[in-house]
Amino acid sequence: MRAAFIRSLINLARNDDRVFLLVGDVGYSLVEPFAEEFPAQFVNVGIAEQNMTGIAAGLALCDKMVFIYSLANFPTLRCFEQIRNDVCYHNANVKIVSSGGGLAYGALGATHHVTEDLAIMRALPNMTVIAPGDPVEAGLATQAIAGLPGPGYLRLAKTGDPVVHQRTPNFQIGRAITVREGNDATLIATGGILNNTVQAAERLAQRGIQTRVLSMHTIKPLDIESVLESARETGAIITIEEHSMIGGLGSAVAEVLAESGNYRIAFKRIGITDSFSSVVGSQEYLLKGLSLSVDGITDAVQSLLDTKTH
Amino acid sequence: MDNMNCSDARIARYKAFATQIRAHVLRMTHRAKSSHIGGCFSIADLLAVLYNGILQVDHTQPNMPDRDRFIISKGHVAAAVYATLAERGFFPLEWLDTFYQDGSHLPGHVTYGVPGAEASTGSLGHGLSISCGIALAGKRDNRSYRVFTLLGDGECDEGSIWEAALFAPHHHLDNLVAIIDYNKIQSFGMVKEVLDLDPLAEKWRAFGWAVKEIDGHDINQIENSLQNVPFEPEQPSCIIAHTIKGKGISFMENQLAWHYRHPNDEELQQALAELGVSE
Repeated sequence: MRAAFIRSLINLARNDDRVFLLVGDVGYSLVEPFAEEFPAQFVNVGIAEQNMTGIAAGLALCDKMVFIYSLANFPTLRCFEQIRNDVCYHNANVKIVSSGGGLAYGALGATHHVTEDLAIMRALPNMTVIAPGDPVEAGLATQAIAGLPGPGYLRLAKTGDPVVHQRTPNFQIGRAITVREGNDATLIATGGILNNTVQAAERLAQRGIQTRVLSMHTIKPLDIESVLESARETGAIITIEEHSMIGGLGSAVAEVLAESGNYRIAFKRIGITDSFSSVVGSQEYLLKGLSLSVDGITDAVQSLLDTKTH
Repeated sequence: MDNMNCSDARIARYKAFATQIRAHVLRMTHRAKSSHIGGCFSIADLLAVLYNGILQVDHTQPNMPDRDRFIISKGHVAAAVYATLAERGFFPLEWLDTFYQDGSHLPGHVTYGVPGAEASTGSLGHGLSISCGIALAGKRDNRSYRVFTLLGDGECDEGSIWEAALFAPHHHLDNLVAIIDYNKIQSFGMVKEVLDLDPLAEKWRAFGWAVKEIDGHDINQIENSLQNVPFEPEQPSCIIAHTIKGKGISFMENQLAWHYRHPNDEELQQALAELGVSE
């Protein structure tokens, strides 16, 4: 997703000299092409995320469109109040981009696990929150978020993420992409876990269970219409996110369902339980322990549907 | 220190303006039962000179691209800033009566959207970074404007100030001026006792700023320093203004309580009398 992001950003900058990229001393072998082509629109501010965010707001107050890029929780939690007051309160044209969404930095340990960002960013007024499902979505999301006049948060996974979309999807902020049709249940995924979700759907199909898969790349504003339509048409909804169970996609969807008046929906959230990783492991290893592997998602969906029919 | 003098008439004008700010602040905080008088009074003389002889701003064109920017990083002195902006014609003086009141557009911390206010501040340690961004945009766009940022001393406890203090010299932001209101009292005590900043000038110098120390209530010194920025080419400027919290009112000077208290009716009368201003 990182490569797709920077390609897309370079294209944007070629057509719009307001585009700035600030990095917090990260981006090795990624951002160099941008820095070389647009030296006057690039700054490595050093390892100082609070300052980076304030500078971004200041640039935006001078009509720049500023992307700030860093890893893990550094561009969000480290400088959260600057995001709230300097970016969101001014409704400033600042896009925050984090790489390493979810458990992408697996064995680096829990300091580098990005597992509360969606909940926290979602709570901010004026903020749009996007977690693309694959590199194709990441490139399109970068373009789309540039079209917003105000703040945005873009959660990227890592490098070499699998491509889910074989054809270019219609990407619109706030509109889920239907990746797979089906009427037995709806799997709603956000971010890089989309790939495991699609594979789980294929496995379920082999068992005769046809699930719809939505890529809910935009967490805020949530595509309420798609959620309600899926609830109506499939009767069961499972949310899948590489994020805490508290406050992210599952919570956002649950809020919509709880207020919908439709009380016959089977509903389950799959995500990270309210804890830090207690063991070391690769992303794949950690996902397995959290029912976020292909097997884990498949089993969780199967068990929800089994409960529903009994 | 530069001995060049302001003309007597100009000095008188600045002083009268500073007195007006202090009188407005007294009436506003009294009416609103709000706080932060002490810090408003320590910067009143700085504001008077900035807004009457230094800043290239025009209230009829508040968004003029080449205007100088004034960012108040210690946003809790909103009463003094609003009084200044109103006196300079950015909005009607009557608005000051609504400060802090239900339904008002003038909150207790300086807020973007109030005519003439360049940024919302209130949480400490944000203003210098925003100012770096504005100054950087000015450099990259070859604009002539300058950015003046007023910081509190207690605010310099915040690490983000020092992140920005590293950034500005590295990027040669000589269009940026940080003014520190060094009144030596922070929220809960003397700066020296809470978290000592001294030697403050040496710290800023070591970070790469061109630094001058002035008496922040001496109009000549304020004007001379502000007229001579940047002090060094390619370097941001830092003015450490030694000030007195509560300056101008005998019973408020250097009193921590006036970070919090609002004047009662009697104190208002007494304070206005000391300023030589009638009700």
